[in-house]
Amino acid sequence: MLLKWIVFAPLIGAIINGLFGRLFLARLGQRATEKLVGFIACASVGVSAALAFRVFLDLLRLPEGQRRIPEHLFTWLKVGSFQADFAYLLDPLSGVYILFITGVGLLIHIYAAGYMHGDPGYYRFFSYLNLFMFMMLTLVLADNLLLLFVGWEGVGLCSYLLIGYYIKWDVAGSAAKKAFVMNRIGDFGFMIATFLVFTTFGTISFVAKTINGQEVQSFLAQAASSPAVAAGTFTAIALLFFVGATGKSAQIPLFTWLPDAMAGPTPVSALIHAATMVTAGVYLVARCSPVYLKSPTAMAVVAVIGAATAIFAATIGIAQNDIKKVLAYSTVSQLGYMFLACGVGAFVAGIFHVMTHAFFKALLFLGSGSVIHGMNNEQDMRRMGGLKKYMQITYSTMFVGWLAISGFPLMAGFFSKDEILWRTWSTEALPHNWGKALWVVGAITAVITAVYMTRLMVMTFWGRERFTDTRDSHHAGAGHASGGHGDAHGHHGRPHESGWLMTVPLIILAILSIFGGYVGVPAALSMGRPNYFERFLKESVAQSEPATATHAGAPPAAVMAQSESHGATPAPESHGAGATAGATAGATAQTAHEGGHDVVTERLFTAISSALALLGLAFGLVFFKRNTLWRAPKLLEDKYRVDEFYDATVVGPVETLSRDGLWKVVDVKIIDGLVNGVARLFAALAGALRYTQTGFARNYAAVILLGAIIVIGYFIVSIFGIRINI
Amino acid sequence: MVPLSWYLALSAVLFTIGVVGVLIQRNVISLFMCVELMLNAVNISLIAFSRLHADVTGQLFVFIVMAVAAAEAAVGLAIIIALFRSRETLNVDDADLLKL
Repeated sequence: MLLKWIVFAPLIGAIINGLFGRLFLARLGQRATEKLVGFIACASVGVSAALAFRVFLDLLRLPEGQRRIPEHLFTWLKVGSFQADFAYLLDPLSGVYILFITGVGLLIHIYAAGYMHGDPGYYRFFSYLNLFMFMMLTLVLADNLLLLFVGWEGVGLCSYLLIGYYIKWDVAGSAAKKAFVMNRIGDFGFMIATFLVFTTFGTISFVAKTINGQEVQSFLAQAASSPAVAAGTFTAIALLFFVGATGKSAQIPLFTWLPDAMAGPTPVSALIHAATMVTAGVYLVARCSPVYLKSPTAMAVVAVIGAATAIFAATIGIAQNDIKKVLAYSTVSQLGYMFLACGVGAFVAGIFHVMTHAFFKALLFLGSGSVIHGMNNEQDMRRMGGLKKYMQITYSTMFVGWLAISGFPLMAGFFSKDEILWRTWSTEALPHNWGKALWVVGAITAVITAVYMTRLMVMTFWGRERFTDTRDSHHAGAGHASGGHGDAHGHHGRPHESGWLMTVPLIILAILSIFGGYVGVPAALSMGRPNYFERFLKESVAQSEPATATHAGAPPAAVMAQSESHGATPAPESHGAGATAGATAGATAQTAHEGGHDVVTERLFTAISSALALLGLAFGLVFFKRNTLWRAPKLLEDKYRVDEFYDATVVGPVETLSRDGLWKVVDVKIIDGLVNGVARLFAALAGALRYTQTGFARNYAAVILLGAIIVIGYFIVSIFGIRINI
Repeated sequence: MVPLSWYLALSAVLFTIGVVGVLIQRNVISLFMCVELMLNAVNISLIAFSRLHADVTGQLFVFIVMAVAAAEAAVGLAIIIALFRSRETLNVDDADLLKL
């Protein structure tokens, strides 16, 4: 019964800070309010994190195959055969998510307590941030699509509020609006998909439910056990959910909002637009993995969009000068990797990358925030350089993040990225050779990733100190139009290290970025020990089996159905093909088909990805050390002019249509015309009728007479007329 | 015996004269007399039907009408005197305002 407190603890924090923050500020003053509000916010998330850890241990203690902890609060909606419960479900997938959401969330809250120091809207900020935590946890713990949608919309709302946090700065306002509108487009797909799921399966729940006395399997289990492969409905559901995911997770074509979202405060960028919210799309796809596996078309679309986004955003990232913009495009690119993994059937690898990405990208964003803070709100890397000397802790932690995201061997990002690339190469979920083509795209992206991250490091921390060059337009690129907090410190001019509230989370995240990958070391690299992460997640995520296809297709269904009905542990499947002698007793299915020549190939690919990362790093170091202020091709600097393209093809026409069509014609002419026309009609009628009101009594008497004559005439004709003839 | 239609014709003629008088006269006393004419035209037809059907109900009605007409004459003449006192005219078209 702890799940609900994981979700509701941040809500309580949000309510206290939101309702009483202003009062605190009026009674206690800025300094004490900051302490109190910061404490409430961090404590509420801390409670949530502690409970999440606790229930996660409970989950681990359950026997394999039965790791599901449902918690039913109440039946929310019940109409006919439709039922949506207000209920939570903890299973391996949501377990992993709540762990890193609350963990990274707590660190970012602590960081933000330092970062937002001196901001008059301190309580407002933390109220929103806590509300976001509540919504995000609702999203991942929901046991049906409708409750998930509540969280989905809720995080969108909080994202909107926090992007537009600097309310006096119009750029932030437009960025918030853009994010909101783009997410609406995706939500449309989500909703249609939910309706389709209900009409197809008769339930929208992730767990089996008793509806009207009838046991109804979850739609996932139904999909998994459905014999029909590639039925049109499966493709439609999967693609519509993916439309929702492209909006939330900033994939082509709906990715342009995420870079603009950097107008929000840096902790927001780290928490919402890197670590948690934007990975909700990956969560959705992984959650509905049985549906995706039934539709090769949808899988291909997801993989191609993912790979395209990855390389597209990475090439833009190389040309940006705003430190946060680089990281934003990097996030879009990494999200592309995650979808590539989902598309090739390696959902677990995708989730693995979500987790490691949460660590290192939160670290990089918080590090960049620390840099911006230390540089008194300077975001342009061209005016940085040589910061290593001034910001030792920030530099060393960013250094770790840099290696992790570039895929430097044995760092967190290395394992997940390597896994994704290997699975892409060896996929059988896609038509022949698609995997190999996508692998090439992914590999190039890996190199570019290392290059642009090296560029960031070189421009920021190494080389000549450029911040002394020009003093003009100091705040030009800065985001803090609301009277930056930097001024409150009074450290003008010289860069300085941030306080311990900000550096401690950086250090912890750096440690996680180094060691976070070790939970999912692939079997090929760990002397035949199984991939724990994969085995753990297999219960809630269907996988398409790679390489040795001795039992293609069947296992996901079996696993899903069994874990659903709380049945026994999935029976170990026998594999003749080259099971390694080192396979331990518990590691049955997984280890077995990883045996034989695949291990060799997989190790070869690991070596290749290491080489790619090192190549990127080396190239970046050599090139950018020499040409630090290298001007990228104009097309890249302009982000391929996608925004301009959207403006010309969608925004412009819609605006023109709205102004010249809907406003000037429909609104002014038709709607106003209708209203004014009715008024004018009655004015004309009244004008005609007023002539009957002469004010002379005899005229009225004459009218009465006329009426009497007509009535009498009628009677004469209808009754007497006949009698007279007789 | 005089047939019923004669009485009815007389009644209709008298009634019409009354109506036309009300519509075209301006003198308030003439108007008043025309209204009386209409009432009595109706009385004639009521009496005629009463006699035809050998039923006194019609005659009873006539008595009621006469009583009401008498009361109306008293009130009406009082109003006419009050009107003349305040406006010094008997022309109804000049008396189109409730308050002077």
